[in-house]
Amino acid sequence: MPAVSFDHVSRHFGAVKAVDDVILDIAEGEFFAMLGPSGSGKTTCLRLIAGFERPTGGDIRIFGAPVADLPPYKRQVNTVFQDYALFPHLNVRDNVAYGLMIAGRGKRERHAEAEAALEMVRLGGYGSRKPSELSGGQRQRVALARALVNKPRVLLLDEPLGALDLKLREQMQEELKTLQRQLGITFVFVTHDQGEALSMADRVAVFNDGKIIQVGSPEDIYFRPEVPFVADFVGSSNVLPEALVARLTGETCPAAIRPERLRLAPEGPLKARVTGLSFLGLSTRVSFDAEGTRLTALLPQDVARPREGDEVALTWAPEDLHLMRASERAGQQVGQRVGA
Amino acid sequence: MHSDRASLKLKIAAAAGLLFLHLPIALIFVYAFTTEEKSFQWPPPGYTLKWFAATWNRPDVWEAMALSLKVAAISTLLAMILGTLCAAAVSRTKFFGRESISLLVILPIALPGVVTGIALRSAFSIAEVPFSTWTIVLGHATFCVVIVYNNAVARFRRTSGSLIEASMDLGANLFQTLRHVILPNIATALVVGGMLAFALSFDEVIVTTFTAGQQQTLPIWMLEELVRPRERPVTNVVAMVVVLVTLLPILGAYYLTRGTEAVAGQGK
Amino acid sequence: MADTHPSAQAGPSEGLLTRVSDTLWRRPTLLLLILLTPPALWLGIIYLGSLFALLLQSFFSIDHFTGLINHEITLATYAELFTPANFDIIRRTVGMATIVTLASAVIAFPIAYYAARYAKGAWRAIFYLGIMMPLWSSYLVKVYAWKLILAKEGILTWIFEWLHLTWLLDAYLALPVIGGNSLSVSPTGTFLVFVYVWLPYMVLPIQAALERVPGSMLEASGDLGATPAQTFRHVLLPLALPGVIAGSIFTFSLTLGDYIIPQIIGTSRLFIGQAVYQHQGIAGNIPLAAAFAVVPIVIMGVYLWIAKRMGAFDAL
Repeated sequence: MPAVSFDHVSRHFGAVKAVDDVILDIAEGEFFAMLGPSGSGKTTCLRLIAGFERPTGGDIRIFGAPVADLPPYKRQVNTVFQDYALFPHLNVRDNVAYGLMIAGRGKRERHAEAEAALEMVRLGGYGSRKPSELSGGQRQRVALARALVNKPRVLLLDEPLGALDLKLREQMQEELKTLQRQLGITFVFVTHDQGEALSMADRVAVFNDGKIIQVGSPEDIYFRPEVPFVADFVGSSNVLPEALVARLTGETCPAAIRPERLRLAPEGPLKARVTGLSFLGLSTRVSFDAEGTRLTALLPQDVARPREGDEVALTWAPEDLHLMRASERAGQQVGQRVGA
Repeated sequence: MHSDRASLKLKIAAAAGLLFLHLPIALIFVYAFTTEEKSFQWPPPGYTLKWFAATWNRPDVWEAMALSLKVAAISTLLAMILGTLCAAAVSRTKFFGRESISLLVILPIALPGVVTGIALRSAFSIAEVPFSTWTIVLGHATFCVVIVYNNAVARFRRTSGSLIEASMDLGANLFQTLRHVILPNIATALVVGGMLAFALSFDEVIVTTFTAGQQQTLPIWMLEELVRPRERPVTNVVAMVVVLVTLLPILGAYYLTRGTEAVAGQGK
Repeated sequence: MADTHPSAQAGPSEGLLTRVSDTLWRRPTLLLLILLTPPALWLGIIYLGSLFALLLQSFFSIDHFTGLINHEITLATYAELFTPANFDIIRRTVGMATIVTLASAVIAFPIAYYAARYAKGAWRAIFYLGIMMPLWSSYLVKVYAWKLILAKEGILTWIFEWLHLTWLLDAYLALPVIGGNSLSVSPTGTFLVFVYVWLPYMVLPIQAALERVPGSMLEASGDLGATPAQTFRHVLLPLALPGVIAGSIFTFSLTLGDYIIPQIIGTSRLFIGQAVYQHQGIAGNIPLAAAFAVVPIVIMGVYLWIAKRMGAFDAL
């Protein structure tokens, strides 16, 4: 039985289709990421699971039970909010113990449990501070402890690392992943950062315009995008338009190729002119104009670098050119826009 | 030129402006002790405390004071309920006619007091409502709503919207959320709004003259004394007491909001 | 809803609240309705109802022989506004409101500028209280204080004597239009008290507008070669203008509707507020009082419309 299942779920705000006919199953114990640009419907999906929004169509089930009539306080899910939403008038301990207090647990018991939860997120001894006295990373962990202390069956995380700086974010990614393995709880995680989604999640759903474009493992999403949007949004693949692919392979669909898989050659199937170079340290990023399509390649430093304006040829291993045959079905068009 | 220090001219102008605002009020405190009975002679020929005793023994002053306190208390209570409800509705949701509601709340202080006064007077006349404490309260509560509303709306705006969601997410129903999250977070704003509303109502005279009939609130008592002076020294003492009574809630409101932002209640 | 479970541990009231809460979650519109109904009813019925009654009254007329109100819709009462005596009242009031507003703006600007730009720490608090306390002090007491100051035997006369300038005061009072028997019964006195009483309403919005002007902007102007006067004229004033307009809404509206200040300090010539007060009171002519009250509404309506187009409401 899936932990969360969406059956043709929609959430329309007037004419705006924030979530449009989404079908999705999230398995128990899974670390699931919802990835997409802002306004793509991923956060609304999360809010539908939490109960802050009600679907205008379709059916949501949590562990098989329909939740249409269940308000948030009757659902066995808890949320870590993007702005953490810590109660400013309560200290850290009372914030964490809030759910237990509402559930009617005694003071000593709930304080002991709150302290244990704070230990788990490595904030033991911070109980009597006010949230305003904590750093962003500490607040984030209090929010996590406050949700987990209630032993939810599904934990929802809305861009939980968005407000943290890069180093802290990488550290928290590790911690979250470890925590999820330890607890075995289903995590549903919303992010617009593809790196975060790919590095943490067991499975990723890519959202655009209120619809799920592709669901799969991080490897699927990264190496085998089904539509140009995914290729473009997840890891800035090069997208070759249909006409070009037809000439190169005879197939009538767009194709994706990762920048690190493009190579320079004296002779090759595709002629291109170098339009720009940037030194990135480990590699050099080279931009091309290939018959009107903008392409990017990442060249290792030991390879001879071309100069701006050079006419070169591009080549690749046949298995690296990923044909996106599903794109007619999804009707997604990113066209010639390549690179982030 | 625009360093961190103001020019002397600006300093003098600002100081003179502030003095202009404060000296007349300070003057009231001097006149409360004057021995002169008939005129406003300056400087006072002598100083005495006897007018305090004289005022203390005036039943009409006590009655007016009691009515003013009663009206202010009831109006404040009503305004706190209505203003908070309205602020909650306007700041939590977007709905059709939201702008009109804010306008409707602000209108009673945006229009001159004499308009509100004569409007209520016309309505009482058409509906044949006899004057009573309640006709005064009707008017006062109406223009006090905006004071509470302004303070509550400002607080709601600064309070993260996800706090309520977080509370419900953690198992609290609406009423538990109200008790454990919403009320603690807006409490000071409500108290401040209530204090300012109380001060406003206690001092109001323009609308009150139209809704009071023969009753005398303290401001109306003072107005009578100003138009037809009977015992000037008593008026002087009452004026001083009124200043003190209205200033207490203002200072309290300032104390509660200091460090946050301006008391959101400009406009009487 | 009625058959609550008496045996439940949580108690019937707890269960009831949760069920009410569930219903409100399922129907957010119902929650909104519950929140909005009391204030909307109060303001809608009592306030808008009264304004409607006012409007209605202004279309009635009074029978000058019997003194009774004639409940037939007519424009006759409005026509009365345009008799020379009544129109004079309107003109006088609007004129006073205009010069009071201008004077308030001029006096308020340095205070607001200093408070917004230079007052720091404790001085900031002092400035803030220094403006808020007079604003919230009793209106009548403030008027009364000026009665004491302007009275013939009061402090101002005493100061002029002390400076040996009594002749100057006398010469000023002898002037037509603005002079009078003493300052407390002259239009100048009325003007002074109006400015005094409404000044804080002008300071606060200007201060709010100026606080949004970054200091670096003024430095940039100086850096580009502007003299202080040019900076004031081309940078500061345009940026403060929305605040000035917002403040002027208060001073203008409050002056238009006031009837106590001109009654206590001033001549026997009436202002709109006094006309409203007298017609409804002694004369019992509520229709004419109502028609007079519509005048400030119309003027303020036009004024607000212009102010809105100039973007003044961001500073409120």
